[in-house]
Amino acid sequence: MAATQANGGAAANNNMFVDSLKDSATAAFLVAVLGFFFLPLKTDIASGGLAITYRWPIWIAAILIVFGGRLLLNLFVFKAQTPATRIIGDKLAGSSAKVPGLGRFLTFALLGFALVLPFFFTTFFPGQQRQYIDLAILIMTYIMLGWGLNIVVGLAGLLDLGYVAFYAVGAYSFALLAEYFDLGFWMALPLAGILAAFWGIILGFPVLRLRGDYLAIVTLAFGEIIRVVLLNWYEFTNGPDGISGIPKPTLFGLEFKRGEGGFADFFGLEYSTIHRFIFLYYIILILALITNFVTMRLRKLPVGRAWEALREDEIACRSLGINTTNTKLTAFAIGAMFGGFAGSFFATRQGFISPESFTFLESAIILAIVVLGGLGSQIGVVIASVVMIGGIEMLRNIGFLSQIFGPGFDPVQYRMLIFGLAMVGIMVWKPRGLITTRVPSAVLKERKKIGADMVAQGEGH
Amino acid sequence: MEYFVQQLINGLTLGSIYGLIAIGYTMVYGIIGMINFAHGDIFMIGSFIALTTFLILTTIFGFVFLPVVLLIVLIIAMLFTSAWGWTVERLAYRPLRGSFRLAPLITAIGMSIVLQNFVQVSQGARVKPLPPQIQGGVTIMEGVTENGPIVVQLSYMQMIIIVTTLLLMVGFTLLISRTPLGRAQRACEQDRKMASLLGVNVDRTISLTFVMGAALASVAGLMFLLLYGVIDFYIGFLAGVKAFTAAVLGGIGSLPGAMLGGLAIGLIEVFWSGYFTVEYKDVAAFSILAIVLIFLPSGLLGKPEVEKV
Repeated sequence: MAATQANGGAAANNNMFVDSLKDSATAAFLVAVLGFFFLPLKTDIASGGLAITYRWPIWIAAILIVFGGRLLLNLFVFKAQTPATRIIGDKLAGSSAKVPGLGRFLTFALLGFALVLPFFFTTFFPGQQRQYIDLAILIMTYIMLGWGLNIVVGLAGLLDLGYVAFYAVGAYSFALLAEYFDLGFWMALPLAGILAAFWGIILGFPVLRLRGDYLAIVTLAFGEIIRVVLLNWYEFTNGPDGISGIPKPTLFGLEFKRGEGGFADFFGLEYSTIHRFIFLYYIILILALITNFVTMRLRKLPVGRAWEALREDEIACRSLGINTTNTKLTAFAIGAMFGGFAGSFFATRQGFISPESFTFLESAIILAIVVLGGLGSQIGVVIASVVMIGGIEMLRNIGFLSQIFGPGFDPVQYRMLIFGLAMVGIMVWKPRGLITTRVPSAVLKERKKIGADMVAQGEGH
Repeated sequence: MEYFVQQLINGLTLGSIYGLIAIGYTMVYGIIGMINFAHGDIFMIGSFIALTTFLILTTIFGFVFLPVVLLIVLIIAMLFTSAWGWTVERLAYRPLRGSFRLAPLITAIGMSIVLQNFVQVSQGARVKPLPPQIQGGVTIMEGVTENGPIVVQLSYMQMIIIVTTLLLMVGFTLLISRTPLGRAQRACEQDRKMASLLGVNVDRTISLTFVMGAALASVAGLMFLLLYGVIDFYIGFLAGVKAFTAAVLGGIGSLPGAMLGGLAIGLIEVFWSGYFTVEYKDVAAFSILAIVLIFLPSGLLGKPEVEKV
């Protein structure tokens, strides 16, 4: 009997192997078909029109990689009796269950690290400090944008694909205020926020009746309209040439410059360009933390409760006497305001802005960060920003790949391709985002986390 | 008057292309209720496949008889683009069927980014110019304006585009109304669960919907390539948004509506550029999208959506 069982097991294994092989062969064939006009054949501009160059090795390599990868996945994950991913997942879940309050501890650890981050880099990576702090500023900007958009999408459930418009409004407000009225960063920052909030209300009004996908498409259209206007209104915005010479922020009037009266001179330090980067980092950190703090407090106020009620069921909301118009408009306005702050910061950091920086792709990236982190989850936004933005930017530093693929290999050109694949992959793997639990803001008896499946997400009802 | 007629012809040509893409949006929305954001990029993929096939046939095999070349290009582009459409559905949308509504929208945006960047990386970011292949045309009207004589011309290219679109529309309408596949497709559109209970293979029908949409988009891609003679990896985004506008304007879910909407958007865009400013023609398209969705959400020929609580 044991022998037959073993036989059966062997037969099942054998079947599994044959199945896996077949499946992998199908996948490889599909890649061969799909890639045929793109990988081995490349159209190039040559003398006398277009010419085709051949790159057969790339095509064959792609087919083999897909075959091998798919085979391994089949054998160990898809068709295996105990998928390797489940074993790892169980281990991870077990370790987090063993330590109560791990999430809270992690939050504080991350916050602590964020506070000392510039000094961490100046101490341990003095050679690349500037690059790393710049990357931290970039990630922090996306975290702030993600938190801002989270108010609109995660809390109020209004799917906004044109969030970059408010980012652009903030950036251009500051740049134009600085150009025409000579305002500094700290004077312009609140004004930029107010203007962005104002635009949030203007664009929010027409879309009050729309929900779900339609809302997404109209907000996308508004975002593009604002960009095209910025691009073509040459007399006011300088069109595609953009605005340069945007002033840098000061610390209570102290400029980060060399010599007399600068920051370094005042505090008796030796002048270094890194001071300005550290200062910028703390500005965006504080702005982001304010965004988070305001969001967390708003969730406990009537307006925040109304947002979440609106997300769950608009009709029920209305029958309970909640003014949905005000609720939606406040969500748009407050989300837009934080986008505007982030935009001003972006303008002052870059010193130059043009409509190029505010394409639909930016909106898609911000929305992807919010959704992949887990809609409505604040820590999820942080994780997704670090993974997606940090991970993509890290590609710049991978030197060893050029040793494998030859000196002409530049990993940077693949970053958006990888970003898109990661977006699809994470979404298919975890449709509810990386953080799958939510903490309700109102509880009856005890405070506990609930699964993200219990929460409506931008479905617009 | 002459100028008007010329713009009308140009608008109808452009509108045919938008209409063909719009059908893909409207069918997918009708059957699974999602905006297939990557459809514009499928159109772009189609035009790249057409370009490469055209070059292989003319430069390597040395075919010179243009109608045969174009026919082969058309068939190959349709076949290979369909494979792309099928794969996108299989990889990015099918695993998320039954998930919450936002999930496939996000993967669709992701797929759009993937397709654009795949083409950019594999074919280069520079534009691909193709010299005009079909020249000449017939003169319909002649007249004199204050700026000099004006000739209204219907080029052979425009004729081919309009006639091909008409033929495809007729064939496609027959496919949807007369064949078992079309019947299954309409059944799934009405009630997916009931259709599957009655023995319709829903997954297969949805896959075929994507395949049909992609095939029509590839025809549009070939026409775009021949009409404008310049393509790059980014053409899918704008064309996609405009075609989606067309689908919404015509009433999403309605096939004649998609064609009508496409023609309307083409005409509006051409007249806007002809009589107002070229720079703001995209603003015109986007504004129409917003206005239609806000004031006429069911479009020109669509059925109003009844919400049950």
